Amino acid sequence: MPEIVGWVWLVVLLPFFGFLANGLLSFVAPRAKTAVSVVGVGVLVASFGLAAGIFGGLLGHSDGAPFILTFWHWIPVGDLQVDVAFQVDQLSAVMLLVVTGVGMLIHIFSVGYMREDDGYARYFAYLNLFVFFMLVLVLGANFPILFVGWEGVGLCSYLLIGFWYTEKVNADAGKKAFIMNRIGDFGFLIAMFLIFKTTGTLVFTEVFGLAPETFAVDGPTITAITLFLFLGCTGKSAQIPLYTWLPDAMAGPTPVSALIHAATMVTAGVYLIARTNVLFAMAPLSSAVVAIVGAVTALWAASIALKQWDIKKVLAYSTISQLGYMFLGVGVGAVASGIFHLVTHAFFKALLFLGSGSVIHAMHRAYSATDRHEDAQDMRNMGGLRRWMPWTAGVMWIATLAIAGIPGFSGFFSKDEILAMTFARGHDEVLYYVLWGVGTLASLMTAFYMTRMMLYTFHGPNRTGERERDHLHEAPWVMTAPLLVLAAGSVLGGLLNLPHVLPFHGWLTEWFAPVTGLGEFYRAEMHLEAGTEWSLLGLATLIAAVGIFVAVRFLRPAKLQPAAEAPEETGFGKVLFRKYYIDELYDLVIVRPLVWLSDRVLWRGVDVGAIDGAGVDGSARLARGIGAIGSWLQTGQVGTYIFIFVIGVVVLLRAVSGP
Amino acid sequence: MPVAIDLSAPGGVALALLPEILLTVWACVLLLLAAWQHRDPDAHRRIGGLALVGLVAALVVMVWFWKSGTRPAGLPLMIALDTFRYAGAIVFLIGAILTVLLSLRYLGRERIAVPEYYALLLFAVIGMLLMGGAADLIVLFLGLETMSLAVYVLAGIKRRSGTSAEAALKYFLLGAFASGFLLYGIALIYGATGTTNLTVIAFQLSDGGLQDSALLSIGVALLLVGFGFKVAAVPFHMWVPDVYDGAPTPISGFMAAAVKAAGFAALIRIMVTALGESTAVWQGAVWWLAVITMLIGNLIALAQRRLKRMLAYSSIGHAGYLLVAVTSGTPAGASAFLFYALVYTLMTIGAFGLLAALGRDGESEVLIDDLSGLAAGRPWISFAMAVFMLSLLGFPGTAGFIGKWYILSAAIGTGQWLLAVILVLGSVVSAGYYLPVIMNMYMREPVERRPDLSASVDLVGAARGVVATAVVLLILLGVWPNRVLDLAVDGSRDLRAPALVTGTSP
Repeated sequence: MPEIVGWVWLVVLLPFFGFLANGLLSFVAPRAKTAVSVVGVGVLVASFGLAAGIFGGLLGHSDGAPFILTFWHWIPVGDLQVDVAFQVDQLSAVMLLVVTGVGMLIHIFSVGYMREDDGYARYFAYLNLFVFFMLVLVLGANFPILFVGWEGVGLCSYLLIGFWYTEKVNADAGKKAFIMNRIGDFGFLIAMFLIFKTTGTLVFTEVFGLAPETFAVDGPTITAITLFLFLGCTGKSAQIPLYTWLPDAMAGPTPVSALIHAATMVTAGVYLIARTNVLFAMAPLSSAVVAIVGAVTALWAASIALKQWDIKKVLAYSTISQLGYMFLGVGVGAVASGIFHLVTHAFFKALLFLGSGSVIHAMHRAYSATDRHEDAQDMRNMGGLRRWMPWTAGVMWIATLAIAGIPGFSGFFSKDEILAMTFARGHDEVLYYVLWGVGTLASLMTAFYMTRMMLYTFHGPNRTGERERDHLHEAPWVMTAPLLVLAAGSVLGGLLNLPHVLPFHGWLTEWFAPVTGLGEFYRAEMHLEAGTEWSLLGLATLIAAVGIFVAVRFLRPAKLQPAAEAPEETGFGKVLFRKYYIDELYDLVIVRPLVWLSDRVLWRGVDVGAIDGAGVDGSARLARGIGAIGSWLQTGQVGTYIFIFVIGVVVLLRAVSGP
Repeated sequence: MPVAIDLSAPGGVALALLPEILLTVWACVLLLLAAWQHRDPDAHRRIGGLALVGLVAALVVMVWFWKSGTRPAGLPLMIALDTFRYAGAIVFLIGAILTVLLSLRYLGRERIAVPEYYALLLFAVIGMLLMGGAADLIVLFLGLETMSLAVYVLAGIKRRSGTSAEAALKYFLLGAFASGFLLYGIALIYGATGTTNLTVIAFQLSDGGLQDSALLSIGVALLLVGFGFKVAAVPFHMWVPDVYDGAPTPISGFMAAAVKAAGFAALIRIMVTALGESTAVWQGAVWWLAVITMLIGNLIALAQRRLKRMLAYSSIGHAGYLLVAVTSGTPAGASAFLFYALVYTLMTIGAFGLLAALGRDGESEVLIDDLSGLAAGRPWISFAMAVFMLSLLGFPGTAGFIGKWYILSAAIGTGQWLLAVILVLGSVVSAGYYLPVIMNMYMREPVERRPDLSASVDLVGAARGVVATAVVLLILLGVWPNRVLDLAVDGSRDLRAPALVTGTSP
């Protein structure tokens, strides 16, 4: 084992110390913003440096077997042995780099973005805590440790969505995210119970080692386990049907959306499936479900993004859609491709969110300078911002080209690889041709809605307002510098895993071979002829170009009116704008009946009536009655006591002398 | 290096009984000193200090026995030399030490300046040590009577108080009555098996043919009556509220904790060592005792308004929980008992110690409502009280929870599901009288009747140390019980009769 791998605990502990220090500062010295910035960003920089060292150590290590570092026995109960243990292997090392690297950049950006906020120290405390839990999630060597991280990031997500908790809508959004995630967690827990019941262990390496002899391929047990796991993923990673919390989660500060709700936490579901890819490989039905849900989510969310006006909402639906691609990737069995897209997406989506944060920051300052209360996130209030914010506009265009899939940019390679793999599976099962079609259609929409967002935000005439216009400025360097780094990543990230037809191809796929190798046996062969692959690459390029072209050709930023004066949407556009009325549907079908049941039956009926009335009051009456009898018997007379004593003796003698 | 003691030689017996002999000599010395210094008003404090010395010395010897792995060379004829004796003895000795520390100031304050108090306490402890270590029913009976006689006097030591005298007399009369049953039970068992040695009884029973003996069944039942009285099992509990009420408060705590633990230790030794393979004879009866003790104790406690009586009934409920541990009849049950006995000693003596600090004249007049608003004036006292109540309730994070958990797991280990459910239900009921104490302290305004309560709380010196130690240990054992649990498991490993262990091989 490379010596530096033994230091992995410090990578995890540093952000935790940051949390403790900033948490303390938030109570004793909330104004000490310099100290908070130094601690908050410093721990991430150190953590990232160490993570890079560990990655380097792993690079030089040819064997490929995972390193398990056990720290202490956490829960030893009977057959259940849960250790606090970390697993450093190819997969967790990549995730380690993404989490600490992107996390570090977003921390730096936050220094500028949150500078004016009163809750500065609290913000950094939560953010550090989030990184801590995220690292626990990706490093955990068994299901319970992963689950600790899984729940921990959920908690931090809740805290940060509701960061400006004085407004009810933010607090509600936090609750919604938390509750929808609980539904998923239920699935995760059931899956864990099933795994423990069947294999008798929860340690990753042991479960995966035992899986081939424990489960029948495509059997009911393995299918149930993987489907329950996937239910957990749909909650955490905002897939159909549990996706509606993510757009609402945009109520939190924008860097939070970038870190938690785009780059890292929401990809935990993809990571979980990649981690358990052996199990999914043995359950083709579940894998197909994952792929279908992923592809449908990609299209569904992309179509909603077509008609959103809130810049963060567009990005939120875009994130859901891109997560759908990742699930399509891991669902068809292309685990490396799914993680590849996860990595490139972390770059360009974090960049897009931070860029939008930069825009919102500028808009917000402009409006507060003139005391006007307009929506700083509505694109109808923007327009032509590239004149004031050239750097932001430039890097966001790079990200847009990446996500749209223009050749050379990272998103092109990762998305294309997922679609190509899906297409390759279509050779055996027609279903995958359909999924490929769905994914391709979604990528057409992606190119369109991203271009639309850029046009309305940065091009055309400005709609912010006459007086406000003078107050629009480019963000400070502390915010633009991280954007530039992310832009470099968005361009170059594709080099990690080039297509087969190019030189130096498939580095990441090979890197992940030790992780995916075990499941390879159960997967269908995915191979494409060079000609097919070239045509798919060409088609993807064409689709992206068409999407962008149509947007540029047909959208008219000049005709847009500010949000306050804008007309109602009509027709299908309104359906899209209202997000297919899914929130309303959930409210009608699930929330209201549930609230009615809780209110009328469970509260008034069971709680007030049965439990309070019969149970509590009744038992209190009963207890008083027995107490009264007891007190009545407690005469203080020895004679009475002996009388009762003798009754006891008689009963006892009767008891031992049998029936 | 394990020490083997030959119990057939006089020197060996003396060594095996070293702690008991030490304490007896010491208690006699204290008695003489007390007679010598009778006129000195401060004598009781000095003698209390000396009593501590004796108790600590006995504790050290017990720990040394355990550490060195002292065991008998051959069959234990009269006194056991096993870890259960040492572990039990350590619990009783800790209980006694805490009681002495609580009493040092209390006696002066309540004007019970009787130096013999401590000598009597030592005699009671000697009796307990014999009960916990007896390998023979006769030794057990001797220990029980030694302990009881001392405690009868301690209960009535406040001679000027009518209730105290009444309590002592009641306790004595009923105790004598119960001892008769116990002795008769021993006689019948002797009649059935021809021996009073626990190991030999087990050997006789393993031969078979005796399982259906009416003589044995009735003997065991009468034995249970005798112990039921000592450990305050329903329906032999009627003396408990009156006696606890009348006795000086530190003695009430001592009776609730150490005396009860000694009774249980003896009972468990009989049930596991002698009758461990003949559970059919007694398990049903103990099962019922456990159930009604838990239910009645907890339900009547609900109706109490005075703190001291509430604690008395609560101790009956806890006797029920410990009976659950007995019902399992396994070493696991014995381990659960050992851990719970330690925890229970800490929380009960702590709670009675706080009660002693709250009131005057025996404290029987302190109402639960009087504690209203105490937290505002005395936050630390209230915190300690809250910890004791939560631990008695078995709240997670306190040692009481872990203790209950192990009793439950012992019960479930032998398939006693229903009993486990009833135990949990009993705990739920007990929340109904433990939590109001906390609610009063933290969520109510002070009451008219006792506006001066928080100013008059008298917790200083050694008593403060006792309460603080108990609080710290209860929380510590609640979050990190591992080490003590290992000791408790070790404490019950030799409990099964050795004849049966070797009897399995041809």
